[in-house]
Amino acid sequence: MLEDIELNVGEGEAVALVGPSGCGKTTLLNLAAGLLTPWEGTIASSFARPAMMFQQPRLLPWKRTLANIGLGLKARGVGRAERDRQAAGLATRMGLTADDLAKYPGALSGGMQSRAALARAFAVAPDLLLLDEAFSALDIGLKSELYALLAGERAAHGSAVLMITHDLMEAVRLADRILVMSGSPGRIVAEHRVDTPVAARDEAWVFARTAEFIRWPEIRAAFALPPLEGA
Amino acid sequence: MKRAAGDWLAATGHYLWSGWGSLASLGIFLAIWELTAQQLGPLILPTPIEALGTLHGLFASGAAGPEIAVTARRALAGFALSVGVGSLLGLAAGVSLTASMMARPIITVLVGMPPIAWLILALLWFGAGDGTPVFTVFIACFPIIFVGAMQGTRTLDGQLKEVARMFGLSTWMKLTDVYLPHVVSYLFPAWISALGMSWKIVVMAELLSTEDGIGAALAVSRSHLDTAASMAWIVALVGTLLAIEYLLLEPLKRRVESWREFASSSN
Repeated sequence: MLEDIELNVGEGEAVALVGPSGCGKTTLLNLAAGLLTPWEGTIASSFARPAMMFQQPRLLPWKRTLANIGLGLKARGVGRAERDRQAAGLATRMGLTADDLAKYPGALSGGMQSRAALARAFAVAPDLLLLDEAFSALDIGLKSELYALLAGERAAHGSAVLMITHDLMEAVRLADRILVMSGSPGRIVAEHRVDTPVAARDEAWVFARTAEFIRWPEIRAAFALPPLEGA
Repeated sequence: MKRAAGDWLAATGHYLWSGWGSLASLGIFLAIWELTAQQLGPLILPTPIEALGTLHGLFASGAAGPEIAVTARRALAGFALSVGVGSLLGLAAGVSLTASMMARPIITVLVGMPPIAWLILALLWFGAGDGTPVFTVFIACFPIIFVGAMQGTRTLDGQLKEVARMFGLSTWMKLTDVYLPHVVSYLFPAWISALGMSWKIVVMAELLSTEDGIGAALAVSRSHLDTAASMAWIVALVGTLLAIEYLLLEPLKRRVESWREFASSSN
């Protein structure tokens, strides 16, 4: 399914994998997460505390929101009082109210569930955060709010990010390095470094860079877009 | 806080109101019984009042209490045994695909085997005594509970398993925080249907194999052509089952599965 992939994520670096559906992005991410083992090749990770946010919030429906956020901390043996305190603090920064924290996930709106899922990932202070199209089902207002929260947490902990997305604008906005994948077999066809610091990327800049980016022949080929006239 | 109190009030009100519905349908049932009894006469079918009167007499004379206790002891012993063994083996079979595939034909045989056949075997093995009804109840309830536990484990959302692995949950945490809460939602209905089953089977077994218990009392009242006493024993039997289900299992289920109700009532 995947062929000749060499991918390194440095400490504190944000890498975005973009590509069409079915090109093996998710497989690659699951390999990196250790959820799958490769048939051939090796995966080496020196990250001690990886965390992942999935496309769906995937909260445990029988645990209240506060306990869901503290799940990773519980797995690390953090005591109940301490993990509730940390989870509540993080949740408040994420815009969840005390009322939301006492509810079961089924009683929360989709947006609140996504915030809780992001908080759960941040709760373990990850040095590597894996994002599996985590924002793709959200409305643009919530997206930009979660982008800001992500940027804030990254700045605070220096976590590396490996994200997969089919939203070029999201990649341009968040990543230090963008890798373009194409399908069958999945391979990396282009690499692009974004040097502007994340904090300095305003809307106009993101639009301009995305527009420029989408004109690239590799991108057009990977997404099976027709070649531009005169290009 | 105020909202939670409101939710609780609404839920309780709803439950009580649904109780009225049950009472009404019980009333209709008793009315039909009464009408049929008036048509057929007391030898064929005594009226509800007569049956309850006889039951009251049985309690007053001290005959009913010990018999009900004996039957309940046997049914609950067989039920408890099948809950323990069936739940554990079912969980174990659900975890492994091979084990669940191997278990399937055996379970089909166990489900398909009529309890009366087990009863004959049990009579040969255990003779007349507690062993026969307890074993028959156990073997009849076991496949129901086993299948419930196995299905529960097999249907666990693969996505939640990934979450558990990603966040490094220990085996113990996977069991208590991920597997069990899900499995319980399959186990409880299985336990409740097994409990109903155990009450039916125990009486059948007693009727044929023992000297005491509701089943034996039914055999005696049948031989005396005492329809009123037969109905009284049947009412006692059903009443005990309903009491256990609604006073013990139902509240327990509501407590364990409170997340489900909250999730559905607020959305």
